[in-house]
Amino acid sequence: MKPVRSVEGRAIPFGQKNVDTDVIIAAEWLKTISRDGLGKGAFESIRAQEGNVFDDPEYAGASILIAGDNFGCGSSREHAAWALDDMGIKAIIAPSFSDIFSSNAFKNGLLAIALPQEAIDRLMEVAKTDPVTIDMESMSVTTPFQDRFTFEMDPFRQQCLMDGLDEIDLTMAKSDAIEAHENRVDSAQSWHKPIAA
Amino acid sequence: MTEAKTLYEKIWDAHVVDQRDDGTALIYIDRHLVHEVTSPQAFEGLRKAGRKVRRPDLTLAVPDHNLPTTARIDADGNKIPIADPQSAAQLEALEANAPAFGIKYIGASDKEQGIVHVIGPEQAFTLPGTTLVCGDSHTAAHGALGALAFGIGTSEVEHVLATQTLQLSRSKSMEIRVEGLLGPGISPKDLILHIIGVIGTAGGTGHVIEYRGEVFEQMSIEGRLTVSNMSIEGGARAGLIAPDEKTFAYLKGRPMAPKGADWDAAVAYWKTLPTDNDARFDKSVTIQAADVAPTVTWGTSPEDVVPVTGHVPAPESFADASKRDAARKSLDYMGLTSGQAMGDVPVENIFIGSCTNSRIEDLRAAAQVLDGRKKADGVKWAIVVPGSGLVKAQAEAEGLDKIFTDSGFEWREPGCSACLGMNPDKVPPGERCASTSNRNFVGRQGPGARTHLMSPAMAAAAAVTGKLTDVRELIG
Repeated sequence: MKPVRSVEGRAIPFGQKNVDTDVIIAAEWLKTISRDGLGKGAFESIRAQEGNVFDDPEYAGASILIAGDNFGCGSSREHAAWALDDMGIKAIIAPSFSDIFSSNAFKNGLLAIALPQEAIDRLMEVAKTDPVTIDMESMSVTTPFQDRFTFEMDPFRQQCLMDGLDEIDLTMAKSDAIEAHENRVDSAQSWHKPIAA
Repeated sequence: MTEAKTLYEKIWDAHVVDQRDDGTALIYIDRHLVHEVTSPQAFEGLRKAGRKVRRPDLTLAVPDHNLPTTARIDADGNKIPIADPQSAAQLEALEANAPAFGIKYIGASDKEQGIVHVIGPEQAFTLPGTTLVCGDSHTAAHGALGALAFGIGTSEVEHVLATQTLQLSRSKSMEIRVEGLLGPGISPKDLILHIIGVIGTAGGTGHVIEYRGEVFEQMSIEGRLTVSNMSIEGGARAGLIAPDEKTFAYLKGRPMAPKGADWDAAVAYWKTLPTDNDARFDKSVTIQAADVAPTVTWGTSPEDVVPVTGHVPAPESFADASKRDAARKSLDYMGLTSGQAMGDVPVENIFIGSCTNSRIEDLRAAAQVLDGRKKADGVKWAIVVPGSGLVKAQAEAEGLDKIFTDSGFEWREPGCSACLGMNPDKVPPGERCASTSNRNFVGRQGPGARTHLMSPAMAAAAAVTGKLTDVRELIG
């Protein structure tokens, strides 16, 4: 994973609430065996509508998406995060995210930043004309107009994102503890036997 | 005196491999179900990094999402090729990856094949007190047996394959207490749709739900699976129901259940799992069972529910401005007008199936309504997709397939089917579907498809009358 220390750029003022994963990327696109190329399918049903914000030339090349409450609700498809990444989005700012989407975004170095609705309202306004900056060190979102909103993230995620750490490597370094757990369960709960292959 | 704990806390504590100072923990995963859609990139990741699957013996793979539900074997016993090249490639990838990594694989034409969330409990791969994951959000279903079960993304699938653990933050606990019992003709599906209507699709975000109350104690395991399955529609990654004698009776003797002395030891342990009397939940919601009617959805979010005896709501009736806007868009998409009686809404398609409602009890409930009746002329397409080959065989042994086909339904092979339309089973644009699945999102059952979620008995009733119908009028 590439380290992410900051994201700066134009933001798409989308703002919609309860955006589900089927809207982010429809099931037809899940038949791929690759992580790449899903940007073409992102927000397909919305992009079919005239005058949609995603195809507005004003936001061409935007790296941030601003959305409403409960972004990414629905399925566990990581294709939603891959599709956003593939369309050039590096961060999503919303009042809240579904748990699975938020985790999927994190695993792909895609920032899922939660801010209160008032901050979202302000950023939606700024986004129409100006860029937005996200800084991971200070955990803040700023605008050229001296707006500054701080966000929270668990320190483990923050560190992984900033250092671009591979979570599997981190966990494999704990294989002794994993083995100890397996041995404990094997001796205390013999019923817990694995299935026959 | 030991600290009083919830069921969730007991399972969590028993699976902590490593606790970090910031509150996150490395949690051991006892069971991992793998299907074809969310796994190819994970296996590819393992290959690229030269990693193995740590515990293939705790992993079970089965195809379900992409599989056509038409015949899979021709008259000569040969496999019928899959027409869609992308679906075929994805299915082939799982068929090759499973043996390459030493994972037990149930193939498309094996009699045990079915939807991951149907076969897990059916094979007793799912056990109380275990942690179980799958790259699918409806993994919440397995919580019905008292397992801590939740959906994960593909990176997490890869992480579990490589390490048999996940790095997780502890969720908050949420009690959904239902007081009283369901009225005649009211099913577990009506109850969970009603619950989602009350808490909303983000009501359980950040929480693990535990469903409590006599109604769940009385409920069959199939019914509990329907309830837990849709926890994710209420925003919760997992939804638990305490294991009890019904759970043990359901599991005993199933292929992967513990045997002999191991069985006795397991039951003794499982009996220690239910939430302690003094345990506290972070959030508690009380629902009156008497308030639950046969329920259908009117919009494009599972929280958009209304009794079938009710009316399409007016967007102006919602307090929240964005909800008013969403309701207007939903009604436009659904082709409904506010104030319209739900019982007047015609349907052209019927889908009985999905990990929510494709178990034997669901098929019995639908067949009971259809017995001796025909589908209405306006219903163009009606299919029943059993949740697994074993459910299908059981239904055939009971003669249910005959009831379905006599009434004009197609009797299909197991899979996810029209729940998400990844296979050829799609609802045409602009047409309605009375569906026993779990999501009525825009385009979920096919581009432009209009989904009304409901119970199997209600879907059967809609098939008979050609419109949304209170099943109580037919079963009296």
